[in-house]
Amino acid sequence: MSIDTETARKVAHLARIRVEDDALPALAREFNDILGFIEQLQEVDVEGVEPMVSVTPMRLKRREDVVTDGDQQARVLANAPDAREGFFAVPKVVE
Amino acid sequence: MSLTEMKIAEARDALRKGEVTSLELTEACLAEIEAADALNAFVHKTPELARERAAAADARLKAGDAPDLCGVPLGIKDLFCTEGVASQAASRILDGFRPEYESTVSAQLRDAGAVMLGKLNMDEFAMGSSNETSTYGDAVNPWRREGDEARLTPGGSSGGSAAAVAAGLCLGATGTDTGGSIRQPAAFTGITGLKPTYGRCSRWGIIAFASSLDQAGPMARDVRDCAIMLSAMSGHDSRDSTSADLPVPDFEAMLTGDIRGKTIGIPREYRMEGMPGEIEALWAEGRAMLEDAGAKVVDISLPHTKYALPAYYVIAPAEASSNLARYDGVRFGHRARLAQGDGITDMYEKTRAEGFGPEVQRRVMVGTYVLSAGFYDAYYNRARKVRALIKKDFDDVFADGVDAILTPATPSAAFGLGEMSDADPVQMYLNDVFTVTVNLAGLPGIAVPTGLDRAGLPLGLQLIGRPWEEGDLLNTAYALERAANFTSRPGKWW
Repeated sequence: MSIDTETARKVAHLARIRVEDDALPALAREFNDILGFIEQLQEVDVEGVEPMVSVTPMRLKRREDVVTDGDQQARVLANAPDAREGFFAVPKVVE
Repeated sequence: MSLTEMKIAEARDALRKGEVTSLELTEACLAEIEAADALNAFVHKTPELARERAAAADARLKAGDAPDLCGVPLGIKDLFCTEGVASQAASRILDGFRPEYESTVSAQLRDAGAVMLGKLNMDEFAMGSSNETSTYGDAVNPWRREGDEARLTPGGSSGGSAAAVAAGLCLGATGTDTGGSIRQPAAFTGITGLKPTYGRCSRWGIIAFASSLDQAGPMARDVRDCAIMLSAMSGHDSRDSTSADLPVPDFEAMLTGDIRGKTIGIPREYRMEGMPGEIEALWAEGRAMLEDAGAKVVDISLPHTKYALPAYYVIAPAEASSNLARYDGVRFGHRARLAQGDGITDMYEKTRAEGFGPEVQRRVMVGTYVLSAGFYDAYYNRARKVRALIKKDFDDVFADGVDAILTPATPSAAFGLGEMSDADPVQMYLNDVFTVTVNLAGLPGIAVPTGLDRAGLPLGLQLIGRPWEEGDLLNTAYALERAANFTSRPGKWW
């Protein structure tokens, strides 16, 4: 499996990371180094093995379905780069 | 002995006897920190908060209400959210972020009376083995090679924690460990670091890297201090659904040093090709020390060891790509300056390109790739199956009666900062070759300093224990520590 510049571009976009065109070949090379390393996993016989979900067999705890938190709008917004009138502000999404 | 060189246990006893106050201890640490900027270990200093907490601790001590850590000055890794104090995982994307809440682990330490001196340097989002991916710049190892002034890495990702404890800037520090990030830096700086069983310490409020692997733990000057810190850091937390609802033992009380009748396994697959002779010798010495202490040492096999690193470099980036999706420039941290007409996707892409460093970008993109349609089964699901086999390797040897496993902690001593900059990313990943299996299997592991290499740099051994048996593991480590009697400290040059 070899990653070309086009695939690198696609992955960068899926990850929502802007990568300039001239940086794509180097990125593709790094991907190939890492994927080459990962390729070893194909040697392992995993027939009949279940993919691990949790290292400790556990059942997620349940609790009463009640409100335990809330009413702290100012604190939720305190770290926002742009907050207005009680909302997070972003560039226009809907035309 | 200077106050800042005290062990936590010694400080606790002196504080309780009134031989020293927390304020005195805290001022001594703050002075050391001020004089140690060359190490770049503390990246957000909180002297005023520390003095306040020290005064409160002194009042508690006077009132006779003093848990073990009451009045003890500690450093907190930048990965832990601390209320009102910058917490940015050493990333530019969290520039200016001041959490409105405190992580469970740091809150438990605070409530036990521990004094936070500030936040400690680390690799960005804990992704790195040399502290060179930090937005704050490199943390520097207080140790140097004999007759050589080259700056060495303290390891990573908890490099600032390791440097601070080794240099006597604080008595102990918190670390986190996803693939070796407590144990490798501990070994590189001649201190002791423990990664607990997955689920022992709450992950709530710790900035997430790979949620199925991340675990917080103590870094301190000896095994006893780690035991004291671990008791304070552990416990069930309803806000972390993977936190274990198990009683927390008094780990310190379990340190008897008696390991007669224990069985220690030596895994043959950890004898790597090209392993330096010094590491081989250190390992053999450790084996002899445990035998002399009365343990039975047996050779064991963990057949899937070779596949641990490749499995890790699928699973950890996959989880990271998902966890780091939250850094989008909307709710906290950095947002890129936008051009006329830029839409929301431009905002995401520019913000993340500016905010994440190269290693974080690389891992997020690798994670995105292995999770993408068409590759999910070939990479991600296969890695999770291999992970199940790695865990089964350990289950099998424990079922055969092995109590703990002895391995080297790292494949080498600390290397020079910048030395690996031309290597491909995979070369750096090999640093975690002895530690990463432990995270994949969710086990407790501890690095103990046991010797020096030819250049006078510390080397450590790792002990791996059964799940939830940190007490027994710490006791074996205690026996090893007593036999090795490692007392070297770095000469002060900073």
